[in-house]
Amino acid sequence: MGLGAYIAVSAVLFAIGVVCIVSRRNMIYVLMGIEMILNAANINFVAFNRFNGDAMDGRMFAIFVIILAAAEAAVALGIVLNVYHLFESIKPSDVDLMRD
Amino acid sequence: MDKLQKPFYALLGVVTLGLIGWGASSAGAEGVAFGFFTALTIGGSLVCVWERSVVRSAFSLMATFTGVAGLFLLLGADFLAVAQILIYVGGILALILFGVMLSPPDMAERKLSRVLGGLVLMLGAVAWVGSKVAGTVAWATADELPEPSTKVDEIGVGFLDPEGYVVPFELAAMILTVALVAAVYIARRKASDLNDPRAEESA
Repeated sequence: MGLGAYIAVSAVLFAIGVVCIVSRRNMIYVLMGIEMILNAANINFVAFNRFNGDAMDGRMFAIFVIILAAAEAAVALGIVLNVYHLFESIKPSDVDLMRD
Repeated sequence: MDKLQKPFYALLGVVTLGLIGWGASSAGAEGVAFGFFTALTIGGSLVCVWERSVVRSAFSLMATFTGVAGLFLLLGADFLAVAQILIYVGGILALILFGVMLSPPDMAERKLSRVLGGLVLMLGAVAWVGSKVAGTVAWATADELPEPSTKVDEIGVGFLDPEGYVVPFELAAMILTVALVAAVYIARRKASDLNDPRAEESA
Protein backbone atom coordinates (compact mmCIF):
# COMPACT_ATOMS: atom_id res chain seq x y z
CA MET A 1 0.00 0.00 0.00
CA GLY A 2 1.34 3.39 -0.94
CA LEU A 3 1.41 6.62 0.95
CA GLY A 4 -1.67 7.93 -0.86
CA ALA A 5 -3.92 5.18 0.50
CA TYR A 6 -3.03 5.99 4.10
CA ILE A 7 -3.49 9.71 3.53
CA ALA A 8 -6.89 9.05 1.99
CA VAL A 9 -7.97 7.03 5.04
CA SER A 10 -6.76 9.80 7.32
CA ALA A 11 -8.58 12.47 5.30
CA VAL A 12 -11.87 10.56 5.44
CA LEU A 13 -11.48 9.97 9.19
CA PHE A 14 -10.82 13.68 9.68
CA ALA A 15 -13.93 14.59 7.70
CA ILE A 16 -16.13 12.24 9.71
CA GLY A 17 -14.65 13.64 12.93
CA VAL A 18 -15.60 17.17 11.91
CA VAL A 19 -19.11 16.02 11.02
CA CYS A 20 -19.34 14.33 14.43
CA ILE A 21 -18.47 17.58 16.17
CA VAL A 22 -20.73 19.78 14.09
CA SER A 23 -23.85 17.73 13.49
CA ARG A 24 -24.61 16.32 16.95
CA ARG A 25 -26.12 18.24 19.85
CA ASN A 26 -24.23 16.56 22.67
CA MET A 27 -20.87 17.39 24.19
CA ILE A 28 -19.86 13.73 24.39
CA TYR A 29 -19.99 13.62 20.59
CA VAL A 30 -17.74 16.65 20.44
CA LEU A 31 -15.17 14.74 22.51
CA MET A 32 -15.47 11.70 20.26
CA GLY A 33 -15.05 13.85 17.15
CA ILE A 34 -11.89 15.39 18.60
CA GLU A 35 -10.45 11.94 19.23
CA MET A 36 -11.19 10.97 15.62
CA ILE A 37 -9.44 14.07 14.31
CA LEU A 38 -6.39 13.43 16.49
CA ASN A 39 -6.27 9.84 15.25
CA ALA A 40 -6.42 11.04 11.65
CA ALA A 41 -3.46 13.33 12.32
CA ASN A 42 -1.59 10.43 13.90
CA ILE A 43 -2.10 8.23 10.84
CA ASN A 44 -0.61 11.01 8.74
CA PHE A 45 2.42 11.38 11.02
CA VAL A 46 3.19 7.67 11.04
CA ALA A 47 2.54 7.21 7.31
CA PHE A 48 4.84 10.07 6.29
CA ASN A 49 7.44 8.79 8.75
CA ARG A 50 7.32 5.33 7.16
CA PHE A 51 7.57 6.52 3.59
CA ASN A 52 10.32 9.08 4.15
CA GLY A 53 13.19 6.90 5.24
CA ASP A 54 13.99 5.60 8.68
CA ALA A 55 13.86 8.77 10.80
CA MET A 56 11.97 8.53 14.07
CA ASP A 57 10.44 12.01 14.10
CA GLY A 58 6.95 11.17 12.88
CA ARG A 59 6.52 8.45 15.45
CA MET A 60 7.73 10.72 18.24
CA PHE A 61 5.16 13.34 17.20
CA ALA A 62 2.48 10.66 17.22
CA ILE A 63 3.43 9.69 20.78
CA PHE A 64 3.20 13.32 21.88
CA VAL A 65 -0.21 13.59 20.23
CA ILE A 66 -1.39 10.53 22.16
CA ILE A 67 -0.06 12.01 25.42
CA LEU A 68 -1.86 15.29 24.83
CA ALA A 69 -5.04 13.47 23.79
CA ALA A 70 -5.06 11.63 27.11
CA ALA A 71 -4.65 14.87 29.08
CA GLU A 72 -7.27 16.58 26.93
CA ALA A 73 -9.82 13.82 27.45
CA ALA A 74 -9.40 13.98 31.22
CA VAL A 75 -9.76 17.76 31.41
CA ALA A 76 -12.64 17.79 28.93
CA LEU A 77 -14.56 15.22 30.93
CA GLY A 78 -14.06 17.31 34.07
CA ILE A 79 -15.43 20.33 32.26
CA VAL A 80 -18.40 18.35 30.93
CA LEU A 81 -19.14 17.14 34.47
CA ASN A 82 -19.21 20.71 35.73
CA VAL A 83 -21.31 21.94 32.83
CA TYR A 84 -23.79 19.21 33.63
CA HIS A 85 -23.93 20.27 37.28
CA LEU A 86 -24.47 23.90 36.33
CA PHE A 87 -26.87 23.59 33.43
CA GLU A 88 -28.40 20.11 33.93
CA SER A 89 -27.71 19.52 30.26
CA ILE A 90 -24.73 18.83 28.04
CA LYS A 91 -26.11 20.34 24.89
CA PRO A 92 -23.51 22.85 23.68
CA SER A 93 -26.27 25.31 22.78
CA ASP A 94 -27.56 25.34 26.37
CA VAL A 95 -24.30 26.74 27.72
CA ASP A 96 -25.21 30.39 27.26
CA LEU A 97 -24.20 32.13 30.50
CA MET A 98 -22.42 34.99 28.78
CA ARG A 99 -25.16 35.75 26.33
CA ASP A 100 -27.05 38.25 28.45
CA MET B 1 -37.15 2.11 15.07
CA ASP B 2 -35.21 3.64 12.34
CA LYS B 3 -36.18 2.56 8.84
CA LEU B 4 -32.75 3.36 7.49
CA GLN B 5 -30.88 1.28 10.09
CA LYS B 6 -30.77 -1.91 8.03
CA PRO B 7 -29.82 -0.29 4.70
CA PHE B 8 -27.07 1.64 6.51
CA TYR B 9 -25.45 -1.45 7.99
CA ALA B 10 -25.93 -3.38 4.74
CA LEU B 11 -24.12 -0.60 2.91
CA LEU B 12 -21.33 -0.69 5.51
CA GLY B 13 -20.91 -4.43 4.98
CA VAL B 14 -20.80 -4.06 1.21
CA VAL B 15 -18.23 -1.26 1.45
CA THR B 16 -16.12 -3.40 3.83
CA LEU B 17 -16.12 -6.33 1.41
CA GLY B 18 -15.35 -3.97 -1.46
CA LEU B 19 -12.40 -2.45 0.41
CA ILE B 20 -10.98 -5.88 1.28
CA GLY B 21 -11.44 -7.03 -2.31
CA TRP B 22 -9.77 -3.91 -3.66
CA GLY B 23 -6.88 -4.41 -1.24
CA ALA B 24 -6.52 -8.07 -2.22
CA SER B 25 -6.44 -7.23 -5.91
CA SER B 26 -3.91 -4.42 -5.53
CA ALA B 27 -1.50 -5.61 -2.85
CA GLY B 28 -2.19 -9.21 -1.88
CA ALA B 29 -2.22 -10.19 1.78
CA GLU B 30 -1.03 -6.79 2.99
CA GLY B 31 -3.81 -5.22 0.95
CA VAL B 32 -6.40 -7.45 2.61
CA ALA B 33 -5.14 -6.34 6.02
CA PHE B 34 -5.14 -2.72 4.89
CA GLY B 35 -8.69 -2.99 3.55
CA PHE B 36 -9.87 -4.65 6.76
CA PHE B 37 -8.33 -2.07 9.08
CA THR B 38 -9.50 0.78 6.86
CA ALA B 39 -13.04 -0.57 6.95
CA LEU B 40 -12.78 -0.90 10.74
CA THR B 41 -11.55 2.68 11.08
CA ILE B 42 -13.96 4.37 8.71
CA GLY B 43 -16.90 2.10 9.50
CA GLY B 44 -16.50 2.61 13.24
CA SER B 45 -16.46 6.36 12.90
CA LEU B 46 -19.45 6.31 10.54
CA VAL B 47 -21.44 4.23 13.01
CA CYS B 48 -20.41 6.69 15.73
CA VAL B 49 -21.90 9.60 13.80
CA TRP B 50 -24.92 7.60 12.75
CA GLU B 51 -26.15 5.90 15.93
CA ARG B 52 -28.69 7.57 18.17
CA SER B 53 -27.49 6.08 21.44
CA VAL B 54 -24.32 7.43 23.01
CA VAL B 55 -23.32 3.98 24.28
CA ARG B 56 -23.36 2.50 20.80
CA SER B 57 -21.41 5.44 19.44
CA ALA B 58 -18.80 5.10 22.18
CA PHE B 59 -18.37 1.39 21.54
CA SER B 60 -18.18 1.88 17.78
CA LEU B 61 -15.35 4.28 18.50
CA MET B 62 -13.51 1.24 19.85
CA ALA B 63 -13.54 -0.20 16.31
CA THR B 64 -12.07 3.05 15.01
CA PHE B 65 -9.24 3.07 17.54
CA THR B 66 -8.48 -0.61 16.93
CA GLY B 67 -8.45 -0.03 13.18
CA VAL B 68 -6.01 2.84 13.58
CA ALA B 69 -3.81 0.59 15.71
CA GLY B 70 -3.90 -1.96 12.89
CA LEU B 71 -2.84 0.69 10.38
CA PHE B 72 0.06 1.58 12.71
CA LEU B 73 1.06 -2.10 12.67
CA LEU B 74 1.00 -2.13 8.87
CA LEU B 75 3.18 0.98 8.90
CA GLY B 76 5.73 -0.80 11.08
CA ALA B 77 5.11 1.20 14.25
CA ASP B 78 4.52 -1.65 16.68
CA PHE B 79 5.07 0.35 19.83
CA LEU B 80 2.59 2.98 18.71
CA ALA B 81 0.01 0.33 17.89
CA VAL B 82 0.24 -1.10 21.39
CA ALA B 83 0.22 2.37 22.94
CA GLN B 84 -2.83 3.23 20.86
CA ILE B 85 -4.75 0.24 22.16
CA LEU B 86 -3.62 0.81 25.74
CA ILE B 87 -4.36 4.52 25.89
CA TYR B 88 -7.26 4.98 23.52
CA VAL B 89 -9.21 1.75 23.88
CA GLY B 90 -8.30 1.25 27.52
CA GLY B 91 -8.20 4.79 28.82
CA ILE B 92 -9.90 7.44 26.73
CA LEU B 93 -12.79 5.22 25.75
CA ALA B 94 -13.43 4.43 29.42
CA LEU B 95 -13.42 8.17 30.13
CA ILE B 96 -15.94 8.80 27.34
CA LEU B 97 -18.14 6.02 28.70
CA PHE B 98 -18.22 7.93 31.99
CA GLY B 99 -19.72 10.80 30.07
CA VAL B 100 -22.48 8.52 28.87
CA MET B 101 -23.93 8.67 32.37
CA LEU B 102 -24.48 12.38 31.87
CA SER B 103 -26.50 12.26 28.71
CA PRO B 104 -30.18 11.51 29.09
CA PRO B 105 -31.59 9.27 26.37
CA ASP B 106 -32.67 11.69 23.70
CA MET B 107 -33.75 9.82 20.62
CA ALA B 108 -34.57 12.99 18.70
CA GLU B 109 -31.12 14.44 19.13
CA ARG B 110 -29.71 13.03 15.91
CA LYS B 111 -31.08 14.84 12.87
CA LEU B 112 -30.52 12.68 9.84
CA SER B 113 -30.56 15.64 7.49
CA ARG B 114 -27.81 17.32 9.50
CA VAL B 115 -25.64 14.19 9.69
CA LEU B 116 -26.05 13.22 6.04
CA GLY B 117 -25.71 16.78 4.81
CA GLY B 118 -22.59 17.27 6.88
CA LEU B 119 -21.09 14.02 5.62
CA VAL B 120 -21.75 14.88 1.99
CA LEU B 121 -20.39 18.40 2.40
CA MET B 122 -17.26 17.42 4.33
CA LEU B 123 -16.41 14.40 2.17
CA GLY B 124 -16.93 16.52 -0.93
CA ALA B 125 -14.67 19.23 0.43
CA VAL B 126 -11.99 16.70 1.39
CA ALA B 127 -12.20 15.03 -2.01
CA TRP B 128 -11.90 18.38 -3.77
CA VAL B 129 -8.91 19.53 -1.71
CA GLY B 130 -7.39 16.06 -2.02
CA SER B 131 -7.63 16.06 -5.79
CA LYS B 132 -6.01 19.51 -5.93
CA VAL B 133 -3.23 18.45 -3.56
CA ALA B 134 -2.63 15.13 -5.29
CA GLY B 135 -2.34 16.96 -8.61
CA THR B 136 0.31 19.40 -7.42
CA VAL B 137 2.36 17.70 -4.72
CA ALA B 138 4.89 15.01 -5.53
CA TRP B 139 4.92 12.81 -2.43
CA ALA B 140 8.40 11.91 -1.33
CA THR B 141 8.21 8.15 -1.47
CA ALA B 142 11.15 5.88 -1.12
CA ASP B 143 11.15 3.31 -3.90
CA GLU B 144 12.36 0.62 -1.58
CA LEU B 145 11.03 0.90 1.90
CA PRO B 146 13.57 0.17 4.61
CA GLU B 147 12.70 -2.49 7.12
CA PRO B 148 10.79 -0.74 9.88
CA SER B 149 12.81 -0.55 13.05
CA THR B 150 10.70 -2.01 15.77
CA LYS B 151 13.01 -1.45 18.69
CA VAL B 152 11.38 0.27 21.61
CA ASP B 153 14.71 1.46 22.99
CA GLU B 154 15.11 3.74 19.97
CA ILE B 155 12.03 5.60 21.13
CA GLY B 156 13.41 5.81 24.65
CA VAL B 157 16.75 7.10 23.38
CA GLY B 158 14.89 9.61 21.21
CA PHE B 159 13.06 10.86 24.28
CA LEU B 160 16.13 11.27 26.47
CA ASP B 161 18.71 12.28 23.87
CA PRO B 162 19.68 15.96 24.39
CA GLU B 163 19.83 16.24 20.59
CA GLY B 164 16.37 14.68 20.38
CA TYR B 165 13.18 15.28 22.26
CA VAL B 166 14.18 15.72 25.87
CA VAL B 167 12.60 19.19 26.21
CA PRO B 168 9.22 18.20 24.70
CA PHE B 169 9.40 15.06 26.85
CA GLU B 170 9.77 17.07 30.05
CA LEU B 171 7.06 19.47 28.87
CA ALA B 172 4.72 16.57 28.21
CA ALA B 173 5.41 15.23 31.69
CA MET B 174 4.58 18.60 33.20
CA ILE B 175 1.44 19.03 31.11
CA LEU B 176 0.23 15.57 32.11
CA THR B 177 0.79 16.30 35.80
CA VAL B 178 -0.92 19.69 35.68
CA ALA B 179 -3.78 18.49 33.47
CA LEU B 180 -4.55 15.41 35.53
CA VAL B 181 -4.41 17.22 38.88
CA ALA B 182 -6.59 19.98 37.44
CA ALA B 183 -9.02 17.46 35.97
CA VAL B 184 -9.40 15.71 39.32
CA TYR B 185 -9.85 19.05 41.07
CA ILE B 186 -12.47 20.28 38.61
CA ALA B 187 -14.37 17.03 38.52
CA ARG B 188 -14.42 16.50 42.30
CA ARG B 189 -15.99 19.83 43.17
CA LYS B 190 -19.45 19.46 44.58
CA ALA B 191 -22.37 21.22 42.98
CA SER B 192 -22.80 23.33 46.13
CA ASP B 193 -19.26 24.69 45.76
CA LEU B 194 -20.01 26.12 42.35
CA ASN B 195 -21.55 29.53 42.52
CA ASP B 196 -24.35 29.53 40.04
CA PRO B 197 -24.67 33.02 38.53
CA ARG B 198 -28.29 32.42 37.70
CA ALA B 199 -29.05 31.68 41.36
CA GLU B 200 -27.36 34.93 42.40
CA GLU B 201 -29.38 36.84 39.85
CA SER B 202 -32.67 35.59 41.20
CA ALA B 203 -31.65 36.12 44.82
